[in-house]
Amino acid sequence: MSISQIVDYIAIILLAIGTFFSILGGLGLLRFPDVYTRLHAGTKCTTFGAIFICGSVVLLGLKMWYFANPDGSVLTIHTIGALIAILVTNPTGAHAIARAAHRSGVKPVGAVVDDLEGKTLRKSISKKKEADK
Amino acid sequence: MIEAETLYLILGLLILSIVLCIIRVFKGPTAPDRVVGLDTINTLVIVSMIVYGLVSSSVIYIDVAIVYALLSYISTLFIAKYLEGGEF
Repeated sequence: MSISQIVDYIAIILLAIGTFFSILGGLGLLRFPDVYTRLHAGTKCTTFGAIFICGSVVLLGLKMWYFANPDGSVLTIHTIGALIAILVTNPTGAHAIARAAHRSGVKPVGAVVDDLEGKTLRKSISKKKEADK
Repeated sequence: MIEAETLYLILGLLILSIVLCIIRVFKGPTAPDRVVGLDTINTLVIVSMIVYGLVSSSVIYIDVAIVYALLSYISTLFIAKYLEGGEF
């Protein structure tokens, strides 16, 4: 078995793991009962899958580079750039959505007590609410 | 080299996952549900673009994916800020 075939098998395994977790993200988004649990499925699973799929593309690009194909270096470096963009932006966006959902008054399913009630509002909003009362 | 059929199969599975997210966007009872669905669709579209760039061996799709990631992040932040109801 040559080194090219070994790299191909590893890349196919990485692609399979990434696709599996992407489909799990979609299924979880459809099946979970609540905004916050849906946020878990829709953000964590797809970020994990994106890491594996980008890793597979980086591996194939490195293989092309090793066999003196000039496209391989550009493919590798740009895919690493896209992966860094996903890794920085995706958890930050999820945090913003969760904070917005809590501040706009969406409660988790089956929640009885909200410990953060009135604590997480910024001062301008809480002043406005007091003025409304 | 991996055959193109395998990569097209993976693209089809990613698009199936996007369809699941679109169902959630249409069904979602509250507004944050729809925003979560859109955020997930954005990530899956970026990954599909990267795989398609590998299939067609043209790097321009991956450049577009980088720009799409940054712009979709900004749009998600704006929608979240709007849902909070605060001042910008």
